Amino acid sequence: MLQFILLFSRQGKLRLQKWYTTQTDKSKKKITRELIAAVLSRKPKMSSFLEWKDLKVVYKRYASLYFCCAVEQDDNELLTLETIHRYVELLDKYFGSVCELDIIFNFEKAYFIFDEFILGGEIQETSKKSVLKAINDQDVIQEEELEEKRSVLEDLGLA
Amino acid sequence: MPTMRGDAMRGLAVFISDIRNCKSREAELRRINKELTNIRQRFRADKTLDGYQKKKYVCKLLFIFLLGHDIDFGYMEAVNLLSSNKYTEKQIGYLFISVIMNSSTEMKQLIIQNIRNDLQSRNPIFINLALQCVANIGDREMAVAFTNDIPRLLISGDTIDAVKQSAALCLLRLHRTSPDSLQLNTEWTARIIHLLNDQHLGVATAAVSLIDALVKRNPDEYKGCVNLAVSRLSRIVTSSYTDFQDYTYYFVPAPWLCVKLLRLLQNYPPPDDPSIRSRLNECLDTILNKAQEPLKSKKVQHSNARNAVLFEAINLIIHMDCESSLLVRACNQLGQFLQNRETNLRYLALESMCLLAASEFSHEAVKKHQDTVINALKSERDVSVRQRAVDLLYAMCDRSNAQDLVQEMLTYLETADYTIREEMVLKIAILSEKYAVDYKWYLDVMLKLIRIAGDFVSEEVWYRVIQVVVNRTDVQSYAAKIAFEALQAPACHENMVKVAGYILGEYGNLIALDPRSTPIIQFDLLHSKYHLCSPTTRCLILSTYMKFVNLFPEIKHHIQDILRHDSNHRSSDVEIQQRATEYLKLSEVCNPTVLATILEIMPPYPEKQSPLLVRLKQKKPLTEPEGVTESQSPPPPTTGHNGDGPKLTETALHLNQQHQQQQNGLLLSLDTPESNGYYEESTSKPSSSTLQSAKKFLFKNSDILFENDLIQIGIKGETIKSTIHIELYYGNKTTLQLTNFSTNIFALGELESELRINMEPVKSTIDPRAQSKQTGTIDCLADFRDLPMMNISFLYNNMLQKIDCPFPIYINKFIEKAEMDSNNFFLRWRNLEKPSQECQKIFPAKFPMIHEDCRQKLDDFGWSCLMGIDVNAENFCGAGIIHTTSQAIGCLYRLEPNKQANMYRLTIRASKDGVANRLVELLDDQF
Repeated sequence: MLQFILLFSRQGKLRLQKWYTTQTDKSKKKITRELIAAVLSRKPKMSSFLEWKDLKVVYKRYASLYFCCAVEQDDNELLTLETIHRYVELLDKYFGSVCELDIIFNFEKAYFIFDEFILGGEIQETSKKSVLKAINDQDVIQEEELEEKRSVLEDLGLA
Repeated sequence: MPTMRGDAMRGLAVFISDIRNCKSREAELRRINKELTNIRQRFRADKTLDGYQKKKYVCKLLFIFLLGHDIDFGYMEAVNLLSSNKYTEKQIGYLFISVIMNSSTEMKQLIIQNIRNDLQSRNPIFINLALQCVANIGDREMAVAFTNDIPRLLISGDTIDAVKQSAALCLLRLHRTSPDSLQLNTEWTARIIHLLNDQHLGVATAAVSLIDALVKRNPDEYKGCVNLAVSRLSRIVTSSYTDFQDYTYYFVPAPWLCVKLLRLLQNYPPPDDPSIRSRLNECLDTILNKAQEPLKSKKVQHSNARNAVLFEAINLIIHMDCESSLLVRACNQLGQFLQNRETNLRYLALESMCLLAASEFSHEAVKKHQDTVINALKSERDVSVRQRAVDLLYAMCDRSNAQDLVQEMLTYLETADYTIREEMVLKIAILSEKYAVDYKWYLDVMLKLIRIAGDFVSEEVWYRVIQVVVNRTDVQSYAAKIAFEALQAPACHENMVKVAGYILGEYGNLIALDPRSTPIIQFDLLHSKYHLCSPTTRCLILSTYMKFVNLFPEIKHHIQDILRHDSNHRSSDVEIQQRATEYLKLSEVCNPTVLATILEIMPPYPEKQSPLLVRLKQKKPLTEPEGVTESQSPPPPTTGHNGDGPKLTETALHLNQQHQQQQNGLLLSLDTPESNGYYEESTSKPSSSTLQSAKKFLFKNSDILFENDLIQIGIKGETIKSTIHIELYYGNKTTLQLTNFSTNIFALGELESELRINMEPVKSTIDPRAQSKQTGTIDCLADFRDLPMMNISFLYNNMLQKIDCPFPIYINKFIEKAEMDSNNFFLRWRNLEKPSQECQKIFPAKFPMIHEDCRQKLDDFGWSCLMGIDVNAENFCGAGIIHTTSQAIGCLYRLEPNKQANMYRLTIRASKDGVANRLVELLDDQF
């Protein structure tokens, strides 16, 4: 089971965090700090795996962003790498060639994509089409709700 | 500014841009504080905020939180968003709750109510939002609240696939956080299992994870899943990647589902049914075959996905450990990976091979790759890969290759990373002892080890060297010779001084005829190191000198001079001073015969488990060389031998303490005088300390029930009314399988009619280092006094082991807290005034009288601890209800500490006669 996923920049700035077990804010901050330091100190030719406390950490760098997953001892490392990759593909497809800024400005979308792809620390849906369809459906609703709001404002002569 | 999708919340985008444009950390902080003030004001003043604005501000708070700031307001507004009929507002509300409020209990009921409403919505996207929220933050209260709704969504025919997927993983979360609150109807079992067959691959993918967790809890109930999992797996691996459309990932059909299915099967032994078994073997064969096919794509994703499935298949093959052809094929495949250019593959191959080395079928096949692994040790650039190589060398070591491997590891040790040196030292020490044919070789290795990695030689390691020498008369003169030689090195590690000092003190006489190592030369050499050593080492050397007095009377005067010297005789170190004084006196007053008796050489140490293995297990609970049983290993010291160097008495003591810590101090260790028969048929009777520790269970719901060198038994209990659900964990601590394992928990005498014990059968074997779980229930039929008994028996190394101990179920396990106000409490108190209903006892405090500790204990005991009831704030009052199947027994208590007298007065009243007495008995030695 995935324990948590962290996205952070090469400078060590945390961009997104998703926790699948209950942790206090304090311990989240501690784990994040330690793990970012551990991953950033790794050299390029090293393996993508890291034994960390009683967990295994699997990470991969995409451009300026590190994607880092903590899984349990009996989880499959290679598949976790591909879980990361599939998430990156989803972001890429959704934002159209995703960059770090997209995730900063649309962090809530990045969370929504997580919830369609992974739930409770387990993979829920591996089909790219299905996940993106769910997210696009949400966007359509968002658009409709915005339209409604605009028309209300227009009715009031405010828009 | 990058585009926002749907241009949803402009204000948010502007704020984020502002933050990013801040030039300094201070500027950023100012901007954030300004925004927080603004939002706070908006929330406070503007009651007419519409949903959109609330959403926007909540989102900003979320952003600020993600920047690492604490957010302590806005919770109510976020919860309000949940009841919006606009999807996007609801969605942000749920996001806020999931990210920020995951452990807060405030507003829990309100949130649960909103989730309930959404679960009942006709709109599946609302249902999914609610399910995702529960999957993110589900807890006990939610498990109780949705124990029916969510399973129904999962198995109902009307539910759409996307909702089923979420429902499955939502249930998984609830199952994990509070397995006992989630009561899954057994009628649903078959339908849940059948989700494995769902034509929608997404549903199957989500469902396997749930089933995997349910299987772990109740393997028998779910064993029907084996058949379905095998056939689903078979359909995937034998079909073409084009059959699965979007579920094919870089030409690999449904890798996530495959891996989950392969893991699910690792919960069970190999299938009994020959047709299912052969189908499974075909699947595994096919996966191994595919690994040999040329790659369909150069992309790493393709090979990763394919190999992810392959590694999981190999895990299953290792788990089944019965098909030698599969095991050998797996080993060959991994052997290929050892040469792969991908670091990841080499790392994983080394890791998996460690497991294969432990199987009798593949141990030899693994050994073929010895040279590659040694090469990896020398050439890998990644320390974690080298670490895996060390692990594998350790695992593949046996008598045939020990000399080579130990030599290679020693060579590597000289340049090894500091982080892994201590572990390597332990491994080398263990291997060279286990597989020593010639103990001279062992001693050479050990002294070399101390020479090249002295700082990383833990105490256990050098104690062990001494134990081996003491126990083997054939190497003692050799030991003295090489210890003497080692001391001649100009820079000699302190650990070397300790070993050499000890050995010369015992066996220096064996080399004293050699003109190169006469008594006085030995003494001078040792003494040349004396002043460079720490006080503890000096103490040891002083003992050696004292032994020299006996061995070499001709140098007695030299030694007496040293002992008399101010730096010893008046040393600021108390221990040195005491030894110097006492030894000096001893040398002066005793005649040679008496001295010879006092300073006799050490008797052999009794055989027991090597402390090095204990130490290695503490560091790393995994690998151990195959075929090595603990019984082969020579012994650690015990206390109480007369005439040993005082320092060693201490070290021996120290070792034993360590050992007992390992056993949590719970139980008799097997080397107590009564049972020094060493693992022969032995019935381990609980000592009084066990009973005491069993009593700890009064205040806990989980504990270690029993532990010795072979087995650890843990218990977990959870009570619902008059039923306690018990989970027992039997951990095999050894490297051999425990067989004929059986347990019996039973009530004797009166207790038989008071408790109904219903334990599931336990598996008859426990694999090495594995754990077996037993579940069951105990119903309380009536109030009771005695404890049930537990008998456990099993065969270890074909020797029968029996463990009998009381099973710590006390009446308080069935107490439910009762909250009430002062009026009610005293009303009830007065109603229970018959003498047989009350019991009072005054007893001395056994622990420091700390208010909070008492409160905690009373709370943990199971009843309530009511505040503000007693006029004296130091006193404790509370109430509880003992549930039996036939009646509920009310009980009230009052505990009055008297700090001046260091005493307590405990008064308990209960609605049933005799119960108060029993409760007082349980508690009167616990405060």
